[in-house]
Amino acid sequence: MSKVSFSVNGEVRDLELDTRTTLLDALREHLHLTGTKKGCDHGQCGACTVIVDGRRINACLSLAVMHEGDAITTVEGLGSPENLHPMQAAFIKHDGFQCGYCTPGQICSSVAVLEEIKAGIPSHVTADLTAASQVTPEEIRERMSGNICRCGAYSNILDAITEVAERQA
Amino acid sequence: MKPFTYERAASPAEAAAAAARMPGAKFIAGGTNLLDLMKLQIEAPAHLIDVNGLALDRIEPTPEGGLRVGALVRNTDLAADERIRRDYGVLSRALLAGASGQLRNKATTAGNLLQRTRCPYFYDTDQPCNKRQPGSGCAAIGGFSRQLAVIGHSEACIATHPSDMAVAMRALDAAVETVKPDGTARSIPIAEFHRLPGDTPQIETVLEQGELITAVVLPPPSGGRHFYRKVRDRASYAFALVSVAAVVQRDGTGRVALGGVAHKPWRVEAAEAELPRGASPAMQAILADARPTRENAFKVTLAERALSAVLAEARG
Ligand SMILES: Cc1cc2nc3c(=O)[nH]c(=O)nc-3n(C[C@H](O)[C@H](O)[C@H](O)COP(=O)(O)OP(=O)(O)OC[C@H]3O[C@@H](n4cnc5c(N)ncnc54)[C@H](O)[C@@H]3O)c2cc1C
Ligand code: SF4
Ligand code: FES
Ligand code: FES
Repeated sequence: MSKVSFSVNGEVRDLELDTRTTLLDALREHLHLTGTKKGCDHGQCGACTVIVDGRRINACLSLAVMHEGDAITTVEGLGSPENLHPMQAAFIKHDGFQCGYCTPGQICSSVAVLEEIKAGIPSHVTADLTAASQVTPEEIRERMSGNICRCGAYSNILDAITEVAERQA
Repeated sequence: MKPFTYERAASPAEAAAAAARMPGAKFIAGGTNLLDLMKLQIEAPAHLIDVNGLALDRIEPTPEGGLRVGALVRNTDLAADERIRRDYGVLSRALLAGASGQLRNKATTAGNLLQRTRCPYFYDTDQPCNKRQPGSGCAAIGGFSRQLAVIGHSEACIATHPSDMAVAMRALDAAVETVKPDGTARSIPIAEFHRLPGDTPQIETVLEQGELITAVVLPPPSGGRHFYRKVRDRASYAFALVSVAAVVQRDGTGRVALGGVAHKPWRVEAAEAELPRGASPAMQAILADARPTRENAFKVTLAERALSAVLAEARG
């Protein structure tokens, strides 16, 4: 067992955990924040995507004890049913899901993707490495490739992200 | 996962000393490869030494005019660094072609170099595998070998090294800096860092027990145009079947390293004299000793075509 303290959605949480506990299991099983989903548990699907200190990561491939002092945001922290985050609202408007299982990961990922583009982080499809990154459908598709949707809602997800990006611009 | 104890290391030298002292100890950086393998019990360290707090996360200029990339620099940060994008484009491109945005945010320079093979039989614990369980045999030989090595392999193992980043570093002639448990430091040319499988495929690098990677040093920029062409089964988020890292100068000379074909990034310096004559003679020289299986013979053709596309782009 090992002690760890980090903040989740703005609230400090102190936990005593088996060292084997992943951040994903700590969130779901210990803090009962079940918005974040477990798909593959091996970094292959993106269902477990959360934002740690401003960066999206796969919570399934990270040990909870390695997050001492970190600030973690899950889909619950982005917005609530009464007060939706613009990305959550856009996913609803554009029907960016069918079963909804991949959706929390898609939403956390897409919020971070728009920040990554703003911060000038290039991608595999960025033509000129020395120029500023653009918000294009091709860029969004490439940057979202770590989030798999079994229902194939990709084109609607792309529409939702594009709308939020345009509103921010 | 098997139970393990956990500590945060205080300094690189202490991390190395602790790793040598504790039986079954391993370093953990981003954890994206190690935890994946621990869940499958392919790796079962008794003790984890977290190296994230060691302040090895900076990219600094060297007196020679190159860059020293800390072992803990995240793949995202390395790919996005202005100096890397401007002077070492092949490295940015290789990093961005690997894994996903989420994984690159965690994956580190050292962890990426040390990631283990994606051979499907290495992952399937019901199958014999000399790398996972030395002496048990190799299920890949005579098995499903489409993704596996075409050159430099042995009777014991035909696995490939999966890293994209390492292929670019090989083309750039990088060097790996380490500290040993006794506190001494050394610099290992990337060409000598990864090993061919021979009859000990479980030993993948020249690192000693407990030796910690502290940095990767890039030599001064070589100029030229930089390319990383990765061919895979889907357009994103897949490992390479074949990849070509190339730096091509105006006069048609250059350097080429290949990924997806061997147990280490594959480069044959002597073959690069053929580059101005075109992709076909160059690739024939680079892969002269290839011994593909029936299933992966396509990789030899694919490598030549990928290089041909790179050289066409370099001329254009
Ligand atoms: C779904 C998926 C897809 C992927 N696709 C690609 C791809 O297309 N291309 C690609 O190149 N990679 C790909 N990867 C692999 C990814 O790049 C690696 O998992 C990552 O780079 C490993 O870095 P890490 O810091 O997380 O390493 P860790 O998992 O923390 O460590 C890996 C190994 O390195 C050792 N280690 C770590 N730091 C040090 C150090 N400083 N000194 C000595 N030893 C150390 C650890 O003990 C361990 O043995 C993929 C991974 C996943 C899960
Ligand atoms: S090729 Fe290597 S890694 Fe794959 S099964 Fe054979 S010994 Fe194991
Ligand atoms: S559950 Fe983490 S990536 Fe699939
Ligand atoms: S909505 Fe069902 S998996 Fe994406």
